[in-house]
Amino acid sequence: MRLTDTLRFARDAATGYPMRTTLSVLAMSIGVAAVVILTALGDGARRYVVGQFSSLGTNLVIVLPGRSGTGGFNPANAITTTPRDLTIDDAGSLRRLPTVRRVAPLAVGTSEIAFGGKLREVMVAGSTADFIPIRNFTIAQGVGLPEEDWNRGSSVAVIGAKIRDEMFGANPAIGQLVRVGDRRLRVVGVLASTGQGLGMNTDELVIVPVSLAQAMFNSNTLFRILVEANSRDAIEGAKDQAMTAIKQRHRGEEDVTVITQDAVLATFDKLLGALTLAVAGIAAISLAVAGILVMNVMLVAVTQRTGEIGLLKALGATARTIRLAFLAEAAMLSAVGALVGYLLGQLGAFALRQFFPVFPAYPPDWAVIAGLSTALATGLIFGVMPARRAARLDPVQALMKH
Amino acid sequence: MALIELSGIERRFLLGDTTVNALAGLNLQIEAGEYVAVMGPSGSGKSTLLNLLGLLDRPNEGTYKLEGRDVTTLSPDEQATVRSTRIGFVFQSFHLVPRLTAAENIALPMTLAGISPAERNKRVAQALKDFGLDQRADHKPDQLSGGQRQRVAIARATIMQPALILADEPTGNLDRHTGEEVVNLLEALNARGVTLIVVTHDPGMGARARRQLVMEDGRLKSDSRTDDISILGKISG
Repeated sequence: MRLTDTLRFARDAATGYPMRTTLSVLAMSIGVAAVVILTALGDGARRYVVGQFSSLGTNLVIVLPGRSGTGGFNPANAITTTPRDLTIDDAGSLRRLPTVRRVAPLAVGTSEIAFGGKLREVMVAGSTADFIPIRNFTIAQGVGLPEEDWNRGSSVAVIGAKIRDEMFGANPAIGQLVRVGDRRLRVVGVLASTGQGLGMNTDELVIVPVSLAQAMFNSNTLFRILVEANSRDAIEGAKDQAMTAIKQRHRGEEDVTVITQDAVLATFDKLLGALTLAVAGIAAISLAVAGILVMNVMLVAVTQRTGEIGLLKALGATARTIRLAFLAEAAMLSAVGALVGYLLGQLGAFALRQFFPVFPAYPPDWAVIAGLSTALATGLIFGVMPARRAARLDPVQALMKH
Repeated sequence: MALIELSGIERRFLLGDTTVNALAGLNLQIEAGEYVAVMGPSGSGKSTLLNLLGLLDRPNEGTYKLEGRDVTTLSPDEQATVRSTRIGFVFQSFHLVPRLTAAENIALPMTLAGISPAERNKRVAQALKDFGLDQRADHKPDQLSGGQRQRVAIARATIMQPALILADEPTGNLDRHTGEEVVNLLEALNARGVTLIVVTHDPGMGARARRQLVMEDGRLKSDSRTDDISILGKISG
């Protein structure tokens, strides 16, 4: 039998039993749609988290006070029991590293902001002019912190969007004097609203020069030093150099931890990637179930069409011809099911994106390819058994059932 | 050389504990172009014989030579090729594929044999004309009358131009008038040289054949030709 004839024969056989065909196509399409939608969800979650992390700033290296590893006893430990503080000068020293583009020291605390009889609690971040570009914040009005000597902070502040709204309402905020803690500061800039995201919510943040914040909180220590490397490739170098530089300044003690945003990102990426895989695996079970259903349907078809098979044999069909015809039918059922499922899945993912615009629910290519090929493969594999059974039927017995 | 040569054919079935001899010690020769009716009561082995002749079944013992070639030892696929090219079947209940049109049903043996669509269309058009089915080409079997269905089945059986047509009660499901038509068609084919073997219950139809075989309990009870020959022998001897 010619290939086109085999395919046409299989198609006619499939459409000849609409109920049976519809059900098995439906089962297969649900399986494929499940793979597409679930992986779209999983991969969407991964992209969402990665995207949020990326928005914290690019090529970021973060220096934290305190050791990360556990060390054994050494004489240095015996002399200084508490780790040294991170200071503004530590941060300043990192500016001279060749792989580093920008450095921003960060001191944080909570304080009150008051203006025109209104008072509210705020998070205060003490930093320098580079803080805003490193963190990818945007300024909606006015300017950022001034470029100046880090140890001599001028009395200015950049406030978050929500604070501006609540303290000033419709009145202009730029140039106004506000009280933050016991200081009077001039508002020079307002941050653009960012909404809720991972990390700090900048809408309720007040940014002041770092030395001012330290004086306000009566401390010399920094919460973090944010370092921006020259490029993505320079991140590792910047990390090592920052560690060495601080270690030197701290008399050879490794009392800081240096992490890269990349590492954090990679961890999340891996974690959520594994999650997506797991979800895809679960969805693949439904594909296997659909495959078994196709097998069932084809077995029923063989029984239903026993007489026809006998007739085909009497008319000179070889076992191979009959096997191919039934296999083609099973393949067609699963191919159409896979296609319909793919469309359904894309539709579902599209609907998800419409309802949750921030959530990038796109199915990854590998999942789509794997889902479609698994569907086709299961259809074919589970089609083999019924096809062989049909081909092996005894023509006399088969004809008697007509 | 005879078209069909059966010698020492045994066909046994196991029914529960007992072995049934559907065919026992059967020897038979049929020449090309003969018109043979196989008759006998139910269970006499008529259908088994027909299945055997059509290579749908294999004997337990004995040899079957078709056109001088031993076909009992052929592989199933080789047998399928012989069925495809040399044998046409006509069944009591027509055995048309319900989802295919009359034309597609007629073309089915050619489709299975892998003949090109152009050639198929040519031969089907001719067959439709020959069997008076031109107006019914695109009708499904359930839109055809019994006589039309059997005509489609006969057209299908002859489309590969076989040497042998095996008909199992071809008029069994038809009224007398349409049955007559169908028999005329079959006889017309025989007149053109196709060997025709008909299994029938109907003595009237059996009588129309030039040679009658009567089966009983898996054996040949009588064969009008050997009777003639034995008579001939008696006369000459």
